[in-house]
Amino acid sequence: MILMLADTLAKEAAGQNLLAIFFAAAITDNILLTRFLGMCSFLSISSQMRASIGLGLAVIFVTACTGAINAALYWFVLIPLERYGVPASSLQLILFIVVIAAFVQLLEMVIERVSLGLYFALGVFLPLITVNCAILGANLFLINKNLTVFEGFVYSAGAGAGWAVAIILMAGIRIRLKTARIPAALEGPGITLIICGIMALAFIGLSGLIK
Amino acid sequence: MRELQIVLIATAVVCGVCTVLTVLLLLAERFIANYGRCTIDINQGARRLEVRGGSPLLGTLMEEGVFIPSACGGKGSCGECKVKVLAGGGPIAPTEAPLLSDQQRTANLRISCQVKVRNDMAIEVPPELFSVREYQAVVERIVDLTHDIKELRLKLIEPGEIEFTAGQYIQLKAPPYAHNEAVYRAYSVASPPDEKDHLELIIRLVPGGICTTWVFEHLTEGHTVSLNGPYGKFRLSDSDREMVWIAGGSGMAPFWSMVRFMKAHNIARKCTYFFGAVRKRDLFLVDELRQLERELDWFTFVPALSGPAAEDNWSGETGLITEVVDRHIADGSNMEGYLCGSGGMIDAAVKVLLKKGIAEDCIFYDKFT
Repeated sequence: MILMLADTLAKEAAGQNLLAIFFAAAITDNILLTRFLGMCSFLSISSQMRASIGLGLAVIFVTACTGAINAALYWFVLIPLERYGVPASSLQLILFIVVIAAFVQLLEMVIERVSLGLYFALGVFLPLITVNCAILGANLFLINKNLTVFEGFVYSAGAGAGWAVAIILMAGIRIRLKTARIPAALEGPGITLIICGIMALAFIGLSGLIK
Repeated sequence: MRELQIVLIATAVVCGVCTVLTVLLLLAERFIANYGRCTIDINQGARRLEVRGGSPLLGTLMEEGVFIPSACGGKGSCGECKVKVLAGGGPIAPTEAPLLSDQQRTANLRISCQVKVRNDMAIEVPPELFSVREYQAVVERIVDLTHDIKELRLKLIEPGEIEFTAGQYIQLKAPPYAHNEAVYRAYSVASPPDEKDHLELIIRLVPGGICTTWVFEHLTEGHTVSLNGPYGKFRLSDSDREMVWIAGGSGMAPFWSMVRFMKAHNIARKCTYFFGAVRKRDLFLVDELRQLERELDWFTFVPALSGPAAEDNWSGETGLITEVVDRHIADGSNMEGYLCGSGGMIDAAVKVLLKKGIAEDCIFYDKFT
């Protein structure tokens, strides 16, 4: 359904509109299933549904915000500096990491002040997010794609949403796995990686749907 | 020249962005994470503290001179710093959840190092904790008791004297060294309470242990150390029942304090002290205790080896300490049991004592964790 909707929307709008960017990032270019980024927290957290939803939401929020901040940093600070011969590509990696880490810290403080309930629900996941490579990945890809700040925001929100969809899907499958008979050697991460591979194959079928 | 310019600009950009972020975080800490001044009411008005909010309860109380025992130094792993929070504690944090049983939750107990002071609070602590102080002491003597047990004799400097009862423990602070952060570890006091200006500790090397490694490899005579205490309910009861003492390794400490306390105060209460070790090289203070045995007609000392080596020429008791106790006690119905040592030893010894007819509420122990 969503795919068809995305497809029609993509066709309706001439060229790349924001919705197409979003759905491309979330579905056809799913950061977890086509690039295998953010695997460590994916493998460990997807064993619990509640935690997966919490982490998924946190990733969406942090990816979207840092995407916009980093795109702004890139276009308004690093690109003007290229005049002096400093290649933007050599600085983006280190700066993006620092921005993500600082943003997560800041976010943690704000959430703790505003809503203690949300803080405790997310509290364990927020520090985990700092080292989630899917976020850094999304931030770097949007630069590769030459997206503007607002497009970058939409793209990274989509990438985060795609990551969240993948981990929630996997958590759903792993609930079923609890009652399945799995060879002892494949229990835990083993079978999860295999399923992840099959899901990735399914998502390959969607590639090219949205250009 | 151009390369140098590029390197300088790149460095400046990275430093600049980092500085901006740092300033932002500092501002956030100043304004967002600022909880203002909060009052903490302890034991319904017994003490009221005016503190700066925003820090964990354990550390805040410590700064105000109220010491809650904690082994891990506030990392939320040992679960020993439980405090009754009557009001203002907020919801239970996920880091506390695994350390609290349902019973403890209904009793309003919280892990004080994981509860932040965010508003006015009302808490309850055992009143004896008010007498807990932070002490500075200088290491007067370090003696090797065995190959892996040392005796530490400390002279108190500030405050110069400590009040405690035989059997209580203190917490020694291991300062940060190598890659370790500061930690507090509990050690029973081995010296008798009459000697108010000195403390003796018996410390066994735990392989990989942060505090014991520090004591064994870094601490030397003349060093100044920090400690706080006294803590603990392990003490002689007020009855005159015959006593069975069982200890292993550094579990010697509280009994070494108790027997000298009893001698000094002429408490002639019948008492048999079973001390378990593996080989002769693991025994210590044997001559001193044998001497006391000769002087005091109410005191019997029974050292036992579980695996004496051939060269030990051991003619005393052999076997696990529980087996030795089993052989020596006929009827325990009017006795009290005091145990100090590792968890496994204590669990096994408690079983033996119960079998011998010692009532459960007459068995007291201090378990090493």
